[in-house]
Amino acid sequence: MRAGMMNASLDAVLVVTLLAVALFSVLARQARAAVIGFIAFGLLLALAWVRLGAVDVALTEAAIGALTAPLLLGASAFAGTEKPASPPLRLALAALCALIAGTLAVIVLAAPEPAPSLAMQAVAPLGALDLGNAVTAVLLAYRALDTLLETVVVLLALIGIWSLAHDENWRDAPASPAAPSPPLDLLARVLPPVGLVVAMHLLWVGADAPGGKFQAATLIAAMGLLLMMAGLTPPPALGDARLRALVVAGPAVFLAIGLAGFLFPGSFLAYPDGWAKPLIIVIEMALTVSIALMLLLMLLGPGARKPSA
Amino acid sequence: MGMATTTGPLLVLAVVVPVIGMLALLVMPFLGIRRPATVALAVVAVGVAIASAIGIDLVRSKEAIVYVVGGWAPPLGLQLRADGLSGVMMAMAALVIAAVALYARPQFDMAEDAPGGRRAFAFWSLLMGLWSALNLVFLGEDLFNLFVALELLTFAAVPLVCLDGKAETIEAALRYLVFALIGSALYLLGTAILYGQYGTLDIGTLHGRASANLATHAAIALMIGGLMAKAALFPLHLWLPPAHAGAPAPASAVLSALVVKAPFFIILRLWFDVLPEPPSEAAARVLALLGAAAILVCSVVALRQRRLKLMIAYSTVAQIGYLFLMFILIEPGVAPWTTIGWTGGMLQLISHALAKAAMFLAAGLIAEALGHDRIADLAGAGRTVPVSVFAFGLAGLSLMGLPPSGGFIAKLLLLNAAILSGAWWVAIVISVGGLLAAAYVARVLKRAMAAPATAIETRAVAREREWPALGLALCAVALGFVPLQPLDMLAIGRGALP
Repeated sequence: MRAGMMNASLDAVLVVTLLAVALFSVLARQARAAVIGFIAFGLLLALAWVRLGAVDVALTEAAIGALTAPLLLGASAFAGTEKPASPPLRLALAALCALIAGTLAVIVLAAPEPAPSLAMQAVAPLGALDLGNAVTAVLLAYRALDTLLETVVVLLALIGIWSLAHDENWRDAPASPAAPSPPLDLLARVLPPVGLVVAMHLLWVGADAPGGKFQAATLIAAMGLLLMMAGLTPPPALGDARLRALVVAGPAVFLAIGLAGFLFPGSFLAYPDGWAKPLIIVIEMALTVSIALMLLLMLLGPGARKPSA
Repeated sequence: MGMATTTGPLLVLAVVVPVIGMLALLVMPFLGIRRPATVALAVVAVGVAIASAIGIDLVRSKEAIVYVVGGWAPPLGLQLRADGLSGVMMAMAALVIAAVALYARPQFDMAEDAPGGRRAFAFWSLLMGLWSALNLVFLGEDLFNLFVALELLTFAAVPLVCLDGKAETIEAALRYLVFALIGSALYLLGTAILYGQYGTLDIGTLHGRASANLATHAAIALMIGGLMAKAALFPLHLWLPPAHAGAPAPASAVLSALVVKAPFFIILRLWFDVLPEPPSEAAARVLALLGAAAILVCSVVALRQRRLKLMIAYSTVAQIGYLFLMFILIEPGVAPWTTIGWTGGMLQLISHALAKAAMFLAAGLIAEALGHDRIADLAGAGRTVPVSVFAFGLAGLSLMGLPPSGGFIAKLLLLNAAILSGAWWVAIVISVGGLLAAAYVARVLKRAMAAPATAIETRAVAREREWPALGLALCAVALGFVPLQPLDMLAIGRGALP
């Protein structure tokens, strides 16, 4: 009983803080303040997902927040002080947003009880797949096609970023983000080993517990970025054949295993009996390498002229 | 399903073969290939063969082809399904992409590390990604799977806009990206609401379960709103003209002919396959009114453009408007694919795709020959690139709705449907739209056919580069010979939706 009260008040505080931070972010005059508010909002949202029992979603939320934070902060530095939109336009937009939010609230409050869901169906085949985490089964078995093509989306985004380079530099290394300083140097020497171990753990437990390739890849990408920011490693040349091979490895391995399914057991993206778990682990490892690399390369940006030393 | 499963794997291949091409482009050194165009053209050949095989099987079996991915049946898993409509759409996409690839080859034939290699590599990679996305849009049966298709489409289409790397094209691409992502967010929101209500995302399952309530209508409204932004329906079209006009000609052709049709196709699926009957008449009227506004406003704006490519882009927004007239012309209670309103709408979609791709390809060569695309100074184009000007004119027939052309049949069917259903204002809009299109096409042709007042400097264009545009324009004309009635091909597998 007391624990219930305790949890309810904890949730209430979380919800009120979420709303307050969201409001702060919307009302902030300066882009930088709005971005910082938004980052805090993301972290609190991750906590809310934990409270709702969706730990996989929470980890993903935190991972995406960690990746977008440097991008948003960087972009906010360029954002000038633009004139705010005219009052009637702002009023109209506010009314539209309020209408959508209000309708959503009504729909969520009137949602069917109990919520119709595929959760039971998703859990039933876990034994046959030898997996403990239904989220992994959804991502790599039931809806593996979605996951495969989502990695292709990331690849397309990367190609899109590369295509923004100047003709003569597009295969060169991106501009280095290095801004060495003693504390950064220390962090870059201490954190990556720890980060890699945690990433491997997230990847490995993903089959049976919350975690998985995307969260692990984000962590590895962050460690790579840290090394480059401390100036310990230069960004790689984008035309490098081995780099390209590592980028392609994940989707290629996934697709190859999917196509092999045509022959055995006879369906695209199906796994032969007893082979589901080992094959899923191979796919997840290959995807982790490729996604980590793609995320890092996206943060680094298109190929750039070498600074004249 | 029994008969169809033998060709089912073709549906998977239609989606993954372009992806294999895209991956291969990244590791060409290991494959011993130097030019991205080599890989891409091989994929185009295979892709055309796959689309043809699917089409032939549909015609022969008269049944939809179904493939359950990984053996996980919906609603838990995903299924791909090709009925007559998707078969026709895939054939249209394959035809346009093949013509565009042939056209683009001389322009983007360099090795990756040669001058211009960046554009060549990006163009072919993005074209492959785009084709996979389109096929998935036509084959997907699951609302989230279709979301993935839309994401693939967005991230392949947006960078195509700024291949030139000029500041204004990058700005146009960014604006396109913002519109497309807002559209995606709205679509995803609606998808989540539907899952919360019905516990499934499979269109076939939803078809039976969806009931007319606030949540369902709000979800579909959000999704259609988001898709309207992606399809550039007036007044959400502001991103389209600078984006489609700024891209290189072959990219403009696929963007205008195919990419904006994909979100429209999903709107059709939502309207006819998910929305519980009968669809709201008020909503149909809103869509038709926006379509009519697109036709009238953007045709007039097209008429006032100074640049050829911008004029063609505004014409795209106007022609998209015709598609949205369909919703008011299909009487409720009848199977839509047996009506002339539906047939007219689909023929408009296909003939516009062929004609618009032909126009952008022809305009690209006209601009290359003259060194500019100012409409006022087009004199001499008829002499320098006669085949391209001829292709432009033939494609123009289809946009105006003059016989013989697919556009003529499409607009005649829509006009008849409007008169039969008593929607006089729609009939007037269709007629006025045809006149305005005639005006903007004629304005270009008149200038292009004129002899230049002073000697102009032109660049020679190899004659064979002009054939793909002519081929597409002739296909648009050939569509004018289909019978004036609901087509059997478009009805294959439609009635069998569970």
